[in-house]
Amino acid sequence: MTKILLFAGLQEKTGEEAIELDFSKGSVKDLREQLLQEYQLEDFKTAMVAINEEFAANDRLIEQGDIVAFIPPVSGG
Amino acid sequence: MSKRFWITETPISIPEVVDIVSRREAGAINTFIGTVREFTKGKRTLYLEYQAYVPMAEKKLAQIGEEIKEKWPDAETAISHRIGHLDIKDIAVVIAVSTPHRADSYDASRYAIERIKEIVPIWKKEHWEDGEEWIGDQKETKAYPKGYPEESDQL
Repeated sequence: MTKILLFAGLQEKTGEEAIELDFSKGSVKDLREQLLQEYQLEDFKTAMVAINEEFAANDRLIEQGDIVAFIPPVSGG
Repeated sequence: MSKRFWITETPISIPEVVDIVSRREAGAINTFIGTVREFTKGKRTLYLEYQAYVPMAEKKLAQIGEEIKEKWPDAETAISHRIGHLDIKDIAVVIAVSTPHRADSYDASRYAIERIKEIVPIWKKEHWEDGEEWIGDQKETKAYPKGYPEESDQL
Protein backbone atom coordinates (compact mmCIF):
# COMPACT_ATOMS: atom_id res chain seq x y z
CA MET A 1 0.00 0.00 0.00
CA THR A 2 1.16 3.50 -0.80
CA LYS A 3 0.21 6.42 1.38
CA ILE A 4 -0.76 9.56 -0.49
CA LEU A 5 -1.22 12.91 1.24
CA LEU A 6 -3.70 15.44 -0.12
CA PHE A 7 -3.95 19.16 0.57
CA ALA A 8 -6.07 22.24 -0.02
CA GLY A 9 -8.60 21.92 -2.85
CA LEU A 10 -7.63 18.32 -3.53
CA GLN A 11 -8.32 17.41 0.08
CA GLU A 12 -11.71 19.07 -0.13
CA LYS A 13 -12.73 17.50 -3.43
CA THR A 14 -11.87 13.96 -2.32
CA GLY A 15 -12.95 14.43 1.29
CA GLU A 16 -9.69 12.80 2.36
CA GLU A 17 -6.50 14.08 3.97
CA ALA A 18 -4.72 10.91 2.96
CA ILE A 19 -5.49 7.86 0.90
CA GLU A 20 -4.01 4.37 0.98
CA LEU A 21 -3.68 2.99 -2.51
CA ASP A 22 -2.85 -0.46 -3.75
CA PHE A 23 -0.07 0.65 -6.06
CA SER A 24 2.44 -2.11 -6.58
CA LYS A 25 5.13 -0.45 -8.67
CA GLY A 26 5.48 2.32 -11.14
CA SER A 27 6.32 5.92 -11.77
CA VAL A 28 4.70 9.14 -10.65
CA LYS A 29 3.02 9.23 -14.03
CA ASP A 30 1.55 5.74 -13.48
CA LEU A 31 0.23 6.85 -10.09
CA ARG A 32 -1.36 9.92 -11.67
CA GLU A 33 -3.14 7.70 -14.20
CA GLN A 34 -4.43 5.34 -11.55
CA LEU A 35 -5.75 8.17 -9.36
CA LEU A 36 -7.25 9.96 -12.34
CA GLN A 37 -9.21 6.82 -13.21
CA GLU A 38 -10.38 6.36 -9.66
CA TYR A 39 -11.34 9.94 -8.85
CA GLN A 40 -11.89 11.66 -12.21
CA LEU A 41 -10.16 14.78 -10.84
CA GLU A 42 -7.97 16.83 -13.18
CA ASP A 43 -5.96 17.90 -10.13
CA PHE A 44 -4.24 14.51 -10.09
CA LYS A 45 -2.90 15.37 -13.53
CA THR A 46 -1.92 18.98 -12.88
CA ALA A 47 -0.79 19.10 -9.24
CA MET A 48 2.89 18.72 -8.46
CA VAL A 49 3.99 15.53 -6.75
CA ALA A 50 6.37 15.28 -3.81
CA ILE A 51 8.02 12.08 -2.67
CA ASN A 52 9.38 12.06 0.87
CA GLU A 53 9.00 15.84 1.08
CA GLU A 54 10.85 16.65 -2.14
CA PHE A 55 9.37 17.54 -5.55
CA ALA A 56 9.48 14.60 -7.94
CA ALA A 57 9.31 14.47 -11.72
CA ASN A 58 6.88 12.24 -13.59
CA ASP A 59 9.44 9.58 -14.46
CA ARG A 60 10.48 9.06 -10.84
CA LEU A 61 9.79 5.51 -9.62
CA ILE A 62 7.84 5.16 -6.41
CA GLU A 63 9.41 2.78 -3.93
CA GLN A 64 7.86 0.76 -1.12
CA GLY A 65 7.36 2.98 1.91
CA ASP A 66 7.64 6.27 0.04
CA ILE A 67 5.35 9.03 1.28
CA VAL A 68 3.71 10.63 -1.72
CA ALA A 69 1.99 14.02 -1.59
CA PHE A 70 0.03 15.92 -4.21
CA ILE A 71 0.90 19.61 -4.09
CA PRO A 72 -1.67 21.88 -5.77
CA PRO A 73 -0.41 25.32 -6.86
CA VAL A 74 0.82 26.99 -3.69
CA SER A 75 -0.39 30.29 -2.28
CA GLY A 76 1.66 31.09 0.79
CA GLY A 77 3.05 34.46 1.76
CA MET B 1 20.02 26.57 18.25
CA SER B 2 16.32 26.95 17.65
CA LYS B 3 14.78 26.76 14.19
CA ARG B 4 15.42 29.52 11.68
CA PHE B 5 12.67 28.40 9.32
CA TRP B 6 9.39 27.31 10.79
CA ILE B 7 5.63 26.99 10.42
CA THR B 8 3.51 27.98 13.40
CA GLU B 9 -0.14 27.90 14.42
CA THR B 10 0.31 30.75 16.88
CA PRO B 11 0.93 34.48 16.24
CA ILE B 12 4.45 35.24 14.99
CA SER B 13 6.65 37.42 17.16
CA ILE B 14 8.52 39.86 14.90
CA PRO B 15 11.37 40.43 17.41
CA GLU B 16 11.85 36.67 17.72
CA VAL B 17 12.48 36.37 13.97
CA VAL B 18 14.67 39.48 13.87
CA ASP B 19 16.76 38.32 16.85
CA ILE B 20 17.78 35.17 14.98
CA VAL B 21 19.62 37.15 12.29
CA SER B 22 20.85 39.98 14.51
CA ARG B 23 24.67 39.95 14.76
CA ARG B 24 27.69 42.19 15.01
CA GLU B 25 28.61 41.83 11.31
CA ALA B 26 25.25 43.16 10.16
CA GLY B 27 24.75 46.72 9.03
CA ALA B 28 21.16 46.09 8.01
CA ILE B 29 18.27 43.86 8.94
CA ASN B 30 15.47 43.90 6.44
CA THR B 31 12.13 42.68 7.79
CA PHE B 32 9.24 41.75 5.55
CA ILE B 33 5.86 41.32 7.20
CA GLY B 34 3.09 39.77 5.12
CA THR B 35 -0.38 40.57 6.45
CA VAL B 36 -3.96 39.64 5.65
CA ARG B 37 -5.55 42.15 3.25
CA GLU B 38 -9.24 42.96 3.50
CA PHE B 39 -9.97 43.93 -0.11
CA THR B 40 -8.65 42.25 -3.23
CA LYS B 41 -9.88 43.78 -6.50
CA GLY B 42 -12.91 45.15 -4.68
CA LYS B 43 -13.85 41.86 -3.09
CA ARG B 44 -13.99 41.76 0.67
CA THR B 45 -12.17 39.02 2.54
CA LEU B 46 -13.64 38.08 5.93
CA TYR B 47 -10.74 35.87 7.04
CA LEU B 48 -8.17 33.45 5.67
CA GLU B 49 -7.32 29.90 6.46
CA TYR B 50 -3.78 28.71 5.74
CA GLN B 51 -2.76 25.09 5.45
CA ALA B 52 0.73 23.65 5.04
CA TYR B 53 2.45 20.36 4.44
CA VAL B 54 4.46 21.27 7.49
CA PRO B 55 7.63 19.14 7.31
CA MET B 56 8.09 19.84 3.61
CA ALA B 57 7.24 23.53 4.01
CA GLU B 58 9.91 23.92 6.67
CA LYS B 59 12.43 22.15 4.42
CA LYS B 60 11.56 24.43 1.51
CA LEU B 61 11.86 27.55 3.67
CA ALA B 62 15.31 26.30 4.69
CA GLN B 63 16.11 25.73 1.01
CA ILE B 64 15.27 29.37 0.32
CA GLY B 65 17.73 30.26 3.08
CA GLU B 66 20.39 28.18 1.29
CA GLU B 67 19.60 29.80 -2.06
CA ILE B 68 19.99 33.22 -0.47
CA LYS B 69 23.31 32.10 0.99
CA GLU B 70 24.51 31.18 -2.50
CA LYS B 71 23.44 34.48 -4.02
CA TRP B 72 24.38 36.71 -1.06
CA PRO B 73 27.03 34.78 0.93
CA ASP B 74 27.07 37.31 3.78
CA ALA B 75 23.31 37.16 4.35
CA GLU B 76 21.61 35.44 7.28
CA THR B 77 17.92 34.60 6.91
CA ALA B 78 15.06 33.58 9.19
CA ILE B 79 11.48 32.95 8.07
CA SER B 80 8.30 32.08 9.97
CA HIS B 81 4.94 31.42 8.33
CA ARG B 82 1.70 31.10 10.24
CA ILE B 83 -1.09 28.64 9.40
CA GLY B 84 -4.67 28.17 10.58
CA HIS B 85 -7.34 30.87 10.89
CA LEU B 86 -6.06 34.41 10.26
CA ASP B 87 -8.13 37.57 10.54
CA ILE B 88 -7.70 40.79 8.57
CA LYS B 89 -4.42 42.54 9.52
CA ASP B 90 -2.98 39.39 11.10
CA ILE B 91 0.62 38.56 10.25
CA ALA B 92 0.94 35.58 7.91
CA VAL B 93 4.68 35.64 7.29
CA VAL B 94 7.79 37.31 8.68
CA ILE B 95 11.10 37.29 6.83
CA ALA B 96 14.25 38.77 8.37
CA VAL B 97 17.48 39.07 6.45
CA SER B 98 20.64 40.59 7.87
CA THR B 99 23.57 41.66 5.72
CA PRO B 100 26.63 43.85 6.16
CA HIS B 101 25.22 46.46 3.73
CA ARG B 102 21.60 47.45 3.13
CA ALA B 103 21.19 46.80 -0.60
CA ASP B 104 21.65 43.05 -0.26
CA SER B 105 19.15 42.84 2.59
CA TYR B 106 16.40 44.36 0.39
CA ASP B 107 17.24 42.10 -2.55
CA ALA B 108 17.44 38.91 -0.50
CA SER B 109 14.20 39.69 1.34
CA ARG B 110 12.36 40.21 -1.94
CA TYR B 111 13.86 37.01 -3.29
CA ALA B 112 12.62 35.08 -0.23
CA ILE B 113 8.98 36.17 -0.52
CA GLU B 114 8.90 35.48 -4.27
CA ARG B 115 10.32 31.99 -3.73
CA ILE B 116 7.80 31.29 -0.95
CA LYS B 117 5.08 31.87 -3.52
CA GLU B 118 6.75 29.39 -5.87
CA ILE B 119 8.07 26.40 -3.95
CA VAL B 120 6.73 26.26 -0.38
CA PRO B 121 3.71 23.95 0.11
CA ILE B 122 1.42 26.41 1.88
CA TRP B 123 -2.11 27.14 0.72
CA LYS B 124 -4.48 29.97 1.43
CA LYS B 125 -8.26 29.65 1.52
CA GLU B 126 -10.14 32.90 1.09
CA HIS B 127 -13.42 33.28 2.94
CA TRP B 128 -15.63 35.99 1.42
CA GLU B 129 -19.10 37.20 2.26
CA ASP B 130 -20.52 35.06 -0.54
CA GLY B 131 -18.27 32.03 -0.58
CA GLU B 132 -14.86 30.47 -0.12
CA GLU B 133 -12.06 29.15 -2.30
CA TRP B 134 -8.58 27.67 -2.09
CA ILE B 135 -6.29 30.06 -3.93
CA GLY B 136 -3.51 28.86 -6.19
CA ASP B 137 -0.89 30.26 -8.48
CA GLN B 138 -0.87 33.84 -7.16
CA LYS B 139 2.02 34.80 -9.39
CA GLU B 140 -0.10 33.91 -12.38
CA THR B 141 2.72 31.84 -13.70
CA LYS B 142 3.42 28.19 -13.26
CA ALA B 143 4.04 27.83 -9.56
CA TYR B 144 6.66 25.14 -9.85
CA PRO B 145 10.42 25.07 -10.11
CA LYS B 146 11.58 24.47 -13.69
CA GLY B 147 7.97 24.93 -14.72
CA TYR B 148 7.09 21.30 -14.41
CA PRO B 149 4.83 19.46 -14.69
CA GLU B 150 5.28 20.50 -18.29
CA GLU B 151 2.75 19.81 -21.02
CA SER B 152 4.82 16.94 -22.38
CA ASP B 153 5.11 15.38 -18.93
CA GLN B 154 1.42 15.32 -18.32
CA LEU B 155 -0.91 12.50 -19.17
